[in-house]
Amino acid sequence: MKTLEELMAIRDRAKADMTDRGGEGDSIRVVVGMATCGIAAGARPVLNAFVDEIAKRNLRNVTVTQTGCIGMCQYEPIVEVIRPGEEKVTYVKMTADKVPTVVADHIVNGNPVAEYTVGAVVKD
Amino acid sequence: MYRSHVLICGGTGCTSSHSAEICEALEAELKAKGLENEVKVVKTGCFGLCALGPIMIVYPEGCFYSEVKVENVPEIVEEHLLKGRIVKHLLYDETVHKDEIKPLKETNFYKKQHRIALRNCGVIDPENIEEYIAMDGYQALAKCLTEMTPDEVIQVVKDSGLRGRGGGGFPTGLKWSFTAKNSADQKYVVCNADEGDPGAFMDRSVLEGDPHCVLEAMAICGYATGASEGYIYVRAEYPIAVHRLEIAIKQARENGLLGKNIFNSGFDFDIFVRLGAGAFVCGEETALMTSIEGNRGEPRPRPPYPAVKGLFAKPTTENNVETFANIPQIILHGAEYFSSMGTEKSAGTKVFALGGKINNTGLVEVPMGTTLREIIEDIGGGVPNGKKFKAAQTGGPSGGCIPASLIDTPIDYDNLTAIGCMMGSGGLIVMDEDNCMVDIAKFFLDFTVDESCGKCTPCRIGTKRMRELLEKITDGKATLDDLDELETLAHYIKENSLCGLGQTAPNPVLATLRFFKDEYIAHIVDKKCPAGVCKKLVSYSIDADKCKGCTACARKCPVGAISGAIKSPHSIDTSKCVKCGVCMETCRFGAIVKK
Repeated sequence: MKTLEELMAIRDRAKADMTDRGGEGDSIRVVVGMATCGIAAGARPVLNAFVDEIAKRNLRNVTVTQTGCIGMCQYEPIVEVIRPGEEKVTYVKMTADKVPTVVADHIVNGNPVAEYTVGAVVKD
Repeated sequence: MYRSHVLICGGTGCTSSHSAEICEALEAELKAKGLENEVKVVKTGCFGLCALGPIMIVYPEGCFYSEVKVENVPEIVEEHLLKGRIVKHLLYDETVHKDEIKPLKETNFYKKQHRIALRNCGVIDPENIEEYIAMDGYQALAKCLTEMTPDEVIQVVKDSGLRGRGGGGFPTGLKWSFTAKNSADQKYVVCNADEGDPGAFMDRSVLEGDPHCVLEAMAICGYATGASEGYIYVRAEYPIAVHRLEIAIKQARENGLLGKNIFNSGFDFDIFVRLGAGAFVCGEETALMTSIEGNRGEPRPRPPYPAVKGLFAKPTTENNVETFANIPQIILHGAEYFSSMGTEKSAGTKVFALGGKINNTGLVEVPMGTTLREIIEDIGGGVPNGKKFKAAQTGGPSGGCIPASLIDTPIDYDNLTAIGCMMGSGGLIVMDEDNCMVDIAKFFLDFTVDESCGKCTPCRIGTKRMRELLEKITDGKATLDDLDELETLAHYIKENSLCGLGQTAPNPVLATLRFFKDEYIAHIVDKKCPAGVCKKLVSYSIDADKCKGCTACARKCPVGAISGAIKSPHSIDTSKCVKCGVCMETCRFGAIVKK
């Protein structure tokens, strides 16, 4: 270690891996329905896609957690995105392909992807 | 990136209740479920709440699982980590409130704590230097080496008001400045990790949970005082701490944070570990250095002080583990940050190892000036089984006791000294109405008699005579003259012993004499032990009105001292009775009376 910059580079990299710890209340939460219905409908690849995408973009304040059956089994995989201080947004029939759009538009830029939400899909 | 982190306590307390096996079972179970790339398992240092170990915390939810067993692991993996359903029946009760999960820091145990020395314990993986760096580790060292002169570093430590956490309470900055102003071709930094007080384990927990912060602080001390080598003297009976220190030193060397020309500043510093065999006297600074040199651990008279002639006869700065653990935070956040906490003359926080008759046995760090009541009742959860708090012993065999009447004393160095007590290293043993204070004094004296190195006469012979007097008292054979002699002897030993061991050895006796003289007198004059502890002064009998004649006690009595016909009251033959108390534990009718 010869410079402060080297130290800070290690710090930033290691810190990114540890953001989950200490779980502060101001982070954005991505909640994936992982009951039997969710898993059967393919929730695991969706969950993994979220984790990968968030890691790729080096997002610090996002946690990905699972939950049980949300109650609309025919619309699984269901994902809820909760930004602090905002209404939660529920995405249904999610696939891994849809994940990068949700991360880019909603999590990063704060604009929910209307076409994937429960409101848009259930109306059809 | 992992979506979930599972932290398992790898401190000595939880390891002894099989946390390592839980860790292995968890890793195997995660692999079986294909989750090993999603869930990270981290073995950390002590969380502090040792009474509830083994402890497991799952993030991002922050679920606090307590008293986890290996057989609970599949359920936690299947339900929580795979399906996201928190296993509520395994959570620490206090964190579950009306179906909501409270964050750990809002529980009574953590709410009043303020963690500086323990900030990373239970948060990072102590065997991974990157996690320490992620928590701003080694930034303080970088700041010192690249932006500050040694004098500026010492000034910050002085201004912070930090005092030695090993027990003496000597101002740390002042100690550093003494070594700094002595010129020599070689100087040393020594870390005292020879934690010898019965019931104290804060230094061990810091070394186990955050070894890098001690290394960083020693390097800072080296820079400030002009030393290029450091030694950590740690007891061999702390194998986990030794193991993690060795890993930490290796990683620090590999990353160029120890060794030559650190941060390109021209400053060289390296650290070596020396194992102690567990002699209490080796916690005394001169004995400790003699032991590092390879000689028998015996103290020597001061002056010369270590700052002039210390390790290998070179100027040396010696500090305790907890003292060092505060240094990086002081450098990073400034003297003001630290001095604003605590009381006027005792800045910062203090770690206490809570033990004895208390619900939440464990490690707590509170600002100086916190009252004993807050520590015992709020954080410690009070005395178990509805018993009454009687006294707290601070500072182990060198300290004294704080009686229930002084429970609202704000704890800092000067307040404790004022009531004839001592901060000590931070062991805090809680006693209830069932503890006999004479017996406690005898227990600590037994310890100092065993641990006296024998070099000076007052300590070697004096403590032995004191113990004999105490035995006379607990046997009911003493007179009031013996009590006077005990007190005179105690003062003589205090004034004439060579080192801290002897000078403080009479403290438990003097403190109990001060606050509980009535108990001593009860033993001597009434030949009674009020707490019913001293065997020779206790007798057991059977209350004929309550005895149903069930014969349970007679069958359990190991010496056949109980006789009586079935369904009629029994009696105890006191000449045969060995006062083991088995009959009392056996009786379901409360008919056995202890007097």
